[in-house]
Amino acid sequence: MSATMSLKDDATPSTGPLLSVEDLRVTFQRHGEKPFTAVDGVSFDVHPGQTVGLVGESGCGKSVTSLALMGLLPKRGNRVEGRATYEGTDLLSLSDKEMRDRRGRDIAMIFQDPLSSLNPVVSIGIQVTEVMERHQGMSRKDAMPRARDLLERVGIPDPNARLKNYPHQLSGGMRQRALIAMALACEPRLLIADEPTTALDVTIQAQILALLKELVQDTGTALIMITHDLGVVAGLCDEVNVLYAGRIVERGDRHRLFARPRHPYTHGLLSSIPRLDSPRGEKLTPITGSVSDNLPWTSACAFAPRCSHALDVCRQESPPWEWESDGRGLRCFNPVDPEEVRRG
Amino acid sequence: MVRFIVRRILQMAGVLVALSMLLFVWLKALPGGPVSAILGERATPARREALEAALGLDQPVYVQYIRFVQRALRGDFGASTAVIPGEDAFQVFLIRLPATIELAICAMVLAVALGIPLGYLAARRKGSPLDSSLVVFSLIGVAVPVFFTAFLLKYFVAVEWNLLPVSGKQDASLDATRVTGLLILDGLLTREWDAAWDAVRHLILPAVALATIPFAIIFRITRASVLDTMDADFVRTAEAKGLEAKVIRSRHVLRNAMLPVVTVIGLSLGGLLAGAILTETVFSYPGIGDAIYQSQRDKDYAVLTVLILAAAAIFVIINLLVDIAYAVLDPRIRTR
Repeated sequence: MSATMSLKDDATPSTGPLLSVEDLRVTFQRHGEKPFTAVDGVSFDVHPGQTVGLVGESGCGKSVTSLALMGLLPKRGNRVEGRATYEGTDLLSLSDKEMRDRRGRDIAMIFQDPLSSLNPVVSIGIQVTEVMERHQGMSRKDAMPRARDLLERVGIPDPNARLKNYPHQLSGGMRQRALIAMALACEPRLLIADEPTTALDVTIQAQILALLKELVQDTGTALIMITHDLGVVAGLCDEVNVLYAGRIVERGDRHRLFARPRHPYTHGLLSSIPRLDSPRGEKLTPITGSVSDNLPWTSACAFAPRCSHALDVCRQESPPWEWESDGRGLRCFNPVDPEEVRRG
Repeated sequence: MVRFIVRRILQMAGVLVALSMLLFVWLKALPGGPVSAILGERATPARREALEAALGLDQPVYVQYIRFVQRALRGDFGASTAVIPGEDAFQVFLIRLPATIELAICAMVLAVALGIPLGYLAARRKGSPLDSSLVVFSLIGVAVPVFFTAFLLKYFVAVEWNLLPVSGKQDASLDATRVTGLLILDGLLTREWDAAWDAVRHLILPAVALATIPFAIIFRITRASVLDTMDADFVRTAEAKGLEAKVIRSRHVLRNAMLPVVTVIGLSLGGLLAGAILTETVFSYPGIGDAIYQSQRDKDYAVLTVLILAAAAIFVIINLLVDIAYAVLDPRIRTR
């Protein structure tokens, strides 16, 4: 855990960000329907070797953010605005071909469901080597030993046999390990993991998270961790961004954010998780209402209808983004008092 | 794999035994029958009884069936009375088989060679005018009965515009040399180019008529399957790897999209046998389909029995081949 901290502390001040997302906005426009803004001005930085979490419930725009960064959104029916500067290049302005050259080489991605994310009729070996053939000009023959090493590196036993296997012959955890091996094949500097453990058993989840943590520490790869699971964030991320309805509502260092959540939504998320150290018989506090109650960000705080702290102003004005003294970012008119949190 | 194939062949034997019983009972139940066919409607009862006794038709049905099986196992299905009078019924099947093989292969090649690429193209350009018109065209292809398509083609192309021959499989005056019985192949083998070309000209219309339904089905399944596969998670993974578009198309989209298409091709091949009866009849094309029609019309039961049993056997064999093809394409079946 201290190693993770030191990575961040070393990386943040000295070098510039590896990826800088500024005012990212993704609007879906289906024929004959009202446009829907899924990502509404999201900005965050990822420094080399840093692990950044994007946390939120379904539909908050976290996956759309990652797909937009990768250039993987459908070609029609959406508009992507803003900038995503990766080592001086704006990814969002690249042509399809230029982006294709970078995907898998500079930025790699791991998806949620390992079974459906693997091609059922192509062997694991070919699915690992094809990315090296593409970006490193290796022949399949030369890439196979590399693939074997990669499978071994991600903890797949008997890698030689696994190369010839098909996805259905592997267990869920092994499949996710194979996908991680594919993502790491070209030693990308940035890895995006979109809910990588959601489809797995709890014990396997822990193994995969431990593996990811170990890999990013060993290779110095930066990681964007997209999840709805605060437990995942707690174990892995240096910095956490909490998304609500397409906007970041709170950002901070993991320790401070978990110890003293300031945004009522973050606070609500933490209060709705059962804790081992809470008194017996204590009830969990769910967040009332659902995302369908949201107000538009343009003229209000989207979370106001579900918020226990909402004031009149929350329904009339859009809360601005403000930095707190402890380096935390917040979008709220009436944040939770740290003292209140301590009292529980 | 070997066990799988052996099991399927045993299943085929079971299917043929069951079918032969059904067929036997069904033929007995038909009005008329061989005695009337041979002697005519006005024969005296005494003559009818004499012939029935001679043919063994006075015995109970199960005795007749056992006798039929005993003879069939020796390869003796009786003699043809109408299709090729006097010829051994199994020989009739062998004589007629090559023409139908030629027709079915051409129709299927046509359906596959057009259906798969057009289905893929329509999926890639979903919603375009090309896609919409192909979908409408394929809908017509499925909806219109084969004999109607066949009549239209025959009437316009052969009769009105006189572009292609009306019937038959080759002009008899060419006196082509027979090698395999497959006329186009024979023409090529013996370098009788005019004979090969004439056979092709005779084959075009029946093949097109017979191909319409399988084409339409293969087209629609390909289109739907490609559309489905393009949205699959593993295609997104392939995109995330930055693979070239052509690799994604061939290795990730097409290979998976072909699985349901192979099944449908197999089913369509079975349907071709039914379609061949209609098509061959319309174009007087001397294959098995035409022989089935003739033999049931003229009560040539020996030939009819052989042809129906053979058709069933062919159907089962095709299904076996499709299953093997499926196992080759899909490791989930191969490596269970």
